[in-house]
Amino acid sequence: MQFLWAFVIGGAICVIGQLMFDLFKLTPAHTMATLVVIGAIIDGIGWYEPLVAFAGAGATVPITSFGNALVHGALTELEKSGWIGVISGIFKVTSAGVSAAIIFSFLAALVVRPKG
Amino acid sequence: MSSNSSAENGKYPKMSMSPKEYQAFAKTREPSRSIFTNCLKAFLFGGMICLIGQGIQELFIHLMGMSKEDASNPTVAVLILISVILTSLGVYDKIAQWAGAGTAVPVTGFANSMCSAALEHRSEGLVLGVGANMFKLAGSVIVFGTVAAFFVGIAHLLLGTNGGH
Repeated sequence: MQFLWAFVIGGAICVIGQLMFDLFKLTPAHTMATLVVIGAIIDGIGWYEPLVAFAGAGATVPITSFGNALVHGALTELEKSGWIGVISGIFKVTSAGVSAAIIFSFLAALVVRPKG
Repeated sequence: MSSNSSAENGKYPKMSMSPKEYQAFAKTREPSRSIFTNCLKAFLFGGMICLIGQGIQELFIHLMGMSKEDASNPTVAVLILISVILTSLGVYDKIAQWAGAGTAVPVTGFANSMCSAALEHRSEGLVLGVGANMFKLAGSVIVFGTVAAFFVGIAHLLLGTNGGH
């Protein structure tokens, strides 16, 4: 069941992105930035976690999850160590994604000869 | 001046449209891109990538005994690795042309934008090329995400909900 909802919810979030491309004529960069901010706000009001529980990877794989993870890190750290946590906690949860993207991209640039 | 004379010779039809008329005419000749088809493709491809993500996550849960929360980070890392490999092979951009937001919105699109920027600027050197340009496209996502997360955190601080998760 989790697989079905992962497909449906993940697909639906991509459709929202596609509509932002086609209807509002936003550039990919504007679309991604908007989706991240939307994800951050949704987690801020506490609705992202129920979505993850429901849709699994359908909610954690789209880029909205990046905003969710940033807020999540900030709020968890805010609870643990007070106001400074808002700054120190932001990248705690997202480290895996950002680090992996940097490291793998760098290694790819070392090894791969660009095509065309 | 040669193009002028050939137009006078009747080689090319005389341009008799006003810019406004021309724009209307050009619009009718544009290949029509149906929003519905685009959305369907985005749905199928985006859903598929999330489905693969779900499969990887289940593997981490069942084979490595991770909890659901612990499994989501390595899942994202594996998807990013796959995306970087496909980008390096030149496959990801081919799929992306077809799938639109379906490949851009998942985290694989984020990795694709970083990897393709890194590869594109490799010839300018590791520091000035790869290092300086890697976040050219992905940077806006990180900047706006971080600023939004900061304000959401401040809002919780001011409201006294202290996270409240």
